[in-house]
Amino acid sequence: MLIGLTRRVTLAIAISGALFGAAQAEEITGAGSTFVNPVLSQWSSDYSKITGDHVNYQSIGSGGGIAQIKAATVVFGATDKPLPPAELAQSGLAQFPVVIGSILPVVNIPGIAAGRLKFTGPILAEIYLGNITKWNDPRIAAVNRGINLPNIPITVVHRSDGSGTTFNWAHYLSQVSPEWKSKVGEGTAVQWPTGLGGKGNEGVAAFVKQTLGSIGYVEYAYVIQNHMAWGSVQNSAGRFIAPSIAAFQAAAATADWTHSTDFDLVMTNAPGVNSYPITATTFVLMYKKPKDAARSAAALKFFKWSLEHGQPQAAKLDYVSLPPALVRQIEAYWAKEIK
Amino acid sequence: MTISAAPFISTAIGPPRRGGLDQLFKMLCFSAATALLAALTGVIVSLAIGGWPAFKAFGWRFFTNTTWNPVTDVFGGLGPIVGTLVTACLSLLFALPTAFGVSIFLVEFAPRAIRQPIATAIQLLAGIPSVVYGMWGLFVFAPFFAAHVQLPLAMAATPGSLLDKLTSGVPNGANIFTASIILAIMILPYMAAIFRELLLSVPTQLRESAYGMGATSLEAVWKVLLPFIRRSAVGAVMLGLGRALGETMAVTFIIGNSHELPKSLFDSGSTIASTIANEFTEATSAMHYSALIALGLVLFMITFVVLGIARVLLGALKTY
Repeated sequence: MLIGLTRRVTLAIAISGALFGAAQAEEITGAGSTFVNPVLSQWSSDYSKITGDHVNYQSIGSGGGIAQIKAATVVFGATDKPLPPAELAQSGLAQFPVVIGSILPVVNIPGIAAGRLKFTGPILAEIYLGNITKWNDPRIAAVNRGINLPNIPITVVHRSDGSGTTFNWAHYLSQVSPEWKSKVGEGTAVQWPTGLGGKGNEGVAAFVKQTLGSIGYVEYAYVIQNHMAWGSVQNSAGRFIAPSIAAFQAAAATADWTHSTDFDLVMTNAPGVNSYPITATTFVLMYKKPKDAARSAAALKFFKWSLEHGQPQAAKLDYVSLPPALVRQIEAYWAKEIK
Repeated sequence: MTISAAPFISTAIGPPRRGGLDQLFKMLCFSAATALLAALTGVIVSLAIGGWPAFKAFGWRFFTNTTWNPVTDVFGGLGPIVGTLVTACLSLLFALPTAFGVSIFLVEFAPRAIRQPIATAIQLLAGIPSVVYGMWGLFVFAPFFAAHVQLPLAMAATPGSLLDKLTSGVPNGANIFTASIILAIMILPYMAAIFRELLLSVPTQLRESAYGMGATSLEAVWKVLLPFIRRSAVGAVMLGLGRALGETMAVTFIIGNSHELPKSLFDSGSTIASTIANEFTEATSAMHYSALIALGLVLFMITFVVLGIARVLLGALKTY
């Protein structure tokens, strides 16, 4: 703790010295993902105390963020869905991840406490396809021996608003179920075969809490804050993994970032025995050859600080920081791609 | 409120001399009116341009298809269109009699001491932001409705009966029926406040004549007061209906947001406004974006038709 603090102070002095020596404080503008907004605001407020540089982030949604950076009205855009390298090249954009969140299935079944229920990917897909309609279905019972599941209908709850959470959830279901992949697919909004939609994490959480026999998917922070009954999910190595910061970081570490181009990788169903399978990553988009080089450099400094020293803020808000190896890879990418 | 009833006294005095200031005043009023018209045209044109790709790709199927699939880029707006019409009509059904009741009570029967407090309360209701209604609906009203209305009704219904068909649905209170009730609460204060002003504008002589001829309270209200205000009352109703058609946040919270056609009163659905609010920020494909704008144009058209119907109704009613 003390070492960390000293390191931060030293860095702060170094950065502020470098910046104040050169010019006055920069205004770094960004727009996009709402998912990343809480942690980005926290980072920018702490960062501006140290350096004076101010980050002005508008959380208008990933679609809006992509449109704004393509129109070059902001220094960076943020999206929950990575852009393919071809599209990036067309606009001269670079892309890198900044923070990870995770998504948990939550249920409301009488007598089932948090962490009791186990899900496999195919079971979740069958439920969300409307193929499994009762909680005492033999397929659910097969992986939950010893738990007395009631004969009540399953109510599926999903997000009604377009969101990165939905994109990663649907992406995971596509990985584990060919039927889901062909019938529904993945996107920030999809055509749900069944169920009802709540607006935002809070809307889904409210519907699940109010509906007996329901299942929903929400971000980790909401599960913790609302004391919801989550279920563990089987990962690609066959183990049932309870959600934890360590399990999310394991997923980020085992995901195959090294072979990805422009970090175009959705890390759901990541390999590795300790990896939690359903995660969400927010990506930042910046120009490789920006018109305003000074502002772009200031933005990179901000992200460098956030990735290297922003872990406490991220943890406090229930986000997962990127593992050190990935941070090094991102910094190498900056040096190579962004001028 | 400055809405007056039928032009009872018309002042037939022509405008006075035209001074320089008077000309300026006329110009200002004219430019305000034309700016409004220009803004309206601008909105229609930009909606039409933005929605054109969707109309072109799907044609009439955009109005008749219930498939709304952002992954495969196939969009049909029938679900939201029907949801919009159903919730708006249901909410009017709930709000209209209540608004009349409230305003008649306030003007005709309420003791003087409680008139002003109730009138102020109505105006306060109108001032509550819609997102607050939505949160209240989601966290308080929906669970209450589910436990005390929806579940008992669903359990009392014999399987296969009409009641069973009408009340089937997930028993959590998030459906088109509760959305309509929330909408009704939201449009009620507008209509009640205008009705009250209208009733107050009825000349005292008229009211006293009715009672003087031996009319009962019911007869006075039904045969004299309501016919006197009905022309302007239609305008108030249309204002309420317009708000119900376009209300966004409160509905989004509580309607359940499914793009299918609602199968029963207690089924979840969606409205045009809630669909746009839900999906616009994260609409990443061009066609999805265009389809949402096209839905916006459809909502505009629906409102337009409603206003048109109001005009026809107003024309059909003879002046008192």
